[in-house]
Amino acid sequence: MDKAELLNKLKDIISPYAQDKEALEHISEDTDFIGDLKMNSANLVDVVLDIEEEFKIEIDNESMEKMLTVKAALEVISAKI
Amino acid sequence: MTTNEILSKLPYSKPFLFVDELLQIDENGATGTFTFDKDLDFYNGHFKDAPVTPGVILTETMAQIGLVCLGIYLSGTANAELKAHVMLTSTAIDFMKPVFPGEKVTVVAEKVYFRFKKLNCNVLMKNEAGDVVCKGSISGMVTTKMHD
Repeated sequence: MDKAELLNKLKDIISPYAQDKEALEHISEDTDFIGDLKMNSANLVDVVLDIEEEFKIEIDNESMEKMLTVKAALEVISAKI
Repeated sequence: MTTNEILSKLPYSKPFLFVDELLQIDENGATGTFTFDKDLDFYNGHFKDAPVTPGVILTETMAQIGLVCLGIYLSGTANAELKAHVMLTSTAIDFMKPVFPGEKVTVVAEKVYFRFKKLNCNVLMKNEAGDVVCKGSISGMVTTKMHD
């Protein structure tokens, strides 16, 4: 799966939790889940659980704590699929 | 952790403590009761001349028994030294029957998942007749800080 494809999949996963829809439309590697998309910490957990399900991977606490931006999330996913 | 230890760790007091007894608790869920004193202040205004327990108070009661007691228990199992707080993050509740002043309710909570500090529970409240009063889903973050 190439990077653009991965980003698209991630965008679909994030979509129901992103409060700021305009920031979601302009999503990039630099997008910050809490700062830009206006998620709360519980939404962040939902995103990680949905990523696990979608990509059939398991994410540990250490990786989860890093997943605060699109870039970090993509890195964790890429390393595990 | 015993049920009494959990009750002593609850961060609430009157008039905002909505747990009387914690009947049962384990890693999968919790059961507790609360009796709505007919003199609770909100009955004066909800509603004028027709007191009934507000839905937000029923939700709070389910959250205190189902989410907060269980969150304290689960985090205590992981680390007994930590002082756990539970921050409510979402609720989706259906209300079936009114709860009048003086009624005793029983709340049964079942853990759906507890991962990355987020606790999600299915909760159900019954009245003394055994009828379901309200039920739904409640989530919160179990943290070591009061505000996060």
